[in-house]
Amino acid sequence: MTQLILFDVFNGLIVGAFYALMALGLSLILNLSGVINFAHGGFLALGAYFAYTMMPYTGFWGALLIAPVLTAIVGLIVEWALIRRLYGRDPLYSLLLTFGLAYIFEDGTRFIWGPQSLPYSVPNWLNTPLSTDFFFLTGYRLFMVLLVVVAVIGLFIILRRTRLGMRIRAGTLDLDTVSVLGVNVRLLRSLNFGLGIYLAGLAGVLAAGMLGLQPTIGTSLIMPSFVAIIVGGLGSLPGTLLGGLLIGVASGVVTVFFSSASEAVIYVMMAVVLLVRPRGLLGEEGRLQ
Amino acid sequence: MIELNRRSVSALIWILLLALPYWLPWVGGYQELGTRVLIMALAAMSLNFLLGFTGVLSFGHAAYFGLGAYGVAMSLKFIAPSTPLGILVGVLTGTLAAAIIGALIVRLRGVYFAMVTIAFGQVFYFIAFRWNDVTGGDDGLGGWRRQPLDFGFAQIDILGNDKAFYYLVLVLFALAVGVMAALLRAPFGRTLLAIRENERRARFLGIPVELHIWLSFVISCLFVSLAGTLYALLSNFTDPRALRWDMSGNFVIIAVLGGMRSFWGPLIGAAIFVVLQDYISSQTENWMSFIGLFFVLVVLFFPRGVLGIIRRRVSS
Repeated sequence: MTQLILFDVFNGLIVGAFYALMALGLSLILNLSGVINFAHGGFLALGAYFAYTMMPYTGFWGALLIAPVLTAIVGLIVEWALIRRLYGRDPLYSLLLTFGLAYIFEDGTRFIWGPQSLPYSVPNWLNTPLSTDFFFLTGYRLFMVLLVVVAVIGLFIILRRTRLGMRIRAGTLDLDTVSVLGVNVRLLRSLNFGLGIYLAGLAGVLAAGMLGLQPTIGTSLIMPSFVAIIVGGLGSLPGTLLGGLLIGVASGVVTVFFSSASEAVIYVMMAVVLLVRPRGLLGEEGRLQ
Repeated sequence: MIELNRRSVSALIWILLLALPYWLPWVGGYQELGTRVLIMALAAMSLNFLLGFTGVLSFGHAAYFGLGAYGVAMSLKFIAPSTPLGILVGVLTGTLAAAIIGALIVRLRGVYFAMVTIAFGQVFYFIAFRWNDVTGGDDGLGGWRRQPLDFGFAQIDILGNDKAFYYLVLVLFALAVGVMAALLRAPFGRTLLAIRENERRARFLGIPVELHIWLSFVISCLFVSLAGTLYALLSNFTDPRALRWDMSGNFVIIAVLGGMRSFWGPLIGAAIFVVLQDYISSQTENWMSFIGLFFVLVVLFFPRGVLGIIRRRVSS
């Protein structure tokens, strides 16, 4: 029994890590550009399928390195061709546009790679359980958690220590001033978008090894990511991270006791947070108005 | 002159709707398609009450649409075989849920409001999807039929007669649209417009902004759940897709396509969207890509909608 609980909680933690990776990308784009990127799940799926396609040639590690970058490049192209036109307009339009893109991505991946679930192999030595008592602790799962941790630390280093990150953070607070100070805001938004999509692609490469590779993989992860942002606090990246992990673990715990409510519980959490603390756990005051 | 114009446009629309069962077959349509256009139009016009006339973006209206659908289905299946009772149950369910969720979210604005409505929309989807014993899960809830209307002195067979059902939908549509139009003309509606145009100024004038947005949200959801009940009655069936996020997206694109700033816009948007969807999904398996492309094209080239463009042409 303890094993079962641990299993589900650990599962929840991993899923929560995916939510967090995805939600961080969404948050970056939302905070700087005011765009809710509904197609984020589509980019995640794209990353996973890129990895699948190149794996026979590059192996798992090569795919892990290259696929997210390719996804980010697709993201940059989409931003340049479509989303860029909608900055500064009613957020309704970018939401509708990315909504349409989500359709196209899901259907496109289905068209190219087929509707069925594809075999997605991870290196064998990663897939063996580390101990017989804790059968669920495969190396791959630990590795995923580790990689998510590395990615998140990397992201925060970029945001804290580099010029680009500083500008992103400044732009989140006051884009006009940043623009007046001579920063190329267009480029900043593009790079920021690319960074967000890179995280989605990375999440995709990792998630496919655990959740299975099918065209709907992105759609099933995007809604919880929205919840993660709201629970964690609008405008706060550490909050988003916390929110993702929290709802992942919560749905893991609930799976043990009442498995059919494992999806609904995160929305209950969101309702409670909105009731008690509308700006979210770590949200900044005044972001809502 | 413009006033006269507007009135004659309204009259023309009502005449077209009244005579629809008689001219639709001539242009290659079928009765169910016409009824579906009207139902989607009602849903989108209700959304537009909030979106176009209060300036609040909800991307989760499918939840209340679907609650209406499930409400009527369950009422007919489990409580009593009465269509009016079913509609009442459906509308009450949707409105109640909207009143509760609305109270949680009225303090959020803009993108954040949209995001929370998207997320909340999913709760009901998962409930319908997971609670197999009651909702039928993914297979949907069938095994019930809409029942003939019984007025005591007369019966109307809305089950066997498609035209009769269309006219029932039209009557309810007219009622709903009439109420919304009257509300928008009343001081309440003017206040909503004021909030849309400048929320801060409205607040300084002493208007309880949150209360008005909440009321607008609840009214909008009331009529959306009415549309949902009719949607379920139309096919004598409902499934979780009726309350999934893509349905919410359809409502918004219909409103935008027709013209958010105009009262009748969503009706025109619904006609275009439903017919197009019907045609594309009969032609290709990859209809999702085409609908997605359609979204992108509308946003890039028709952000003001069909009526917005016509109006600009006329005024220039």
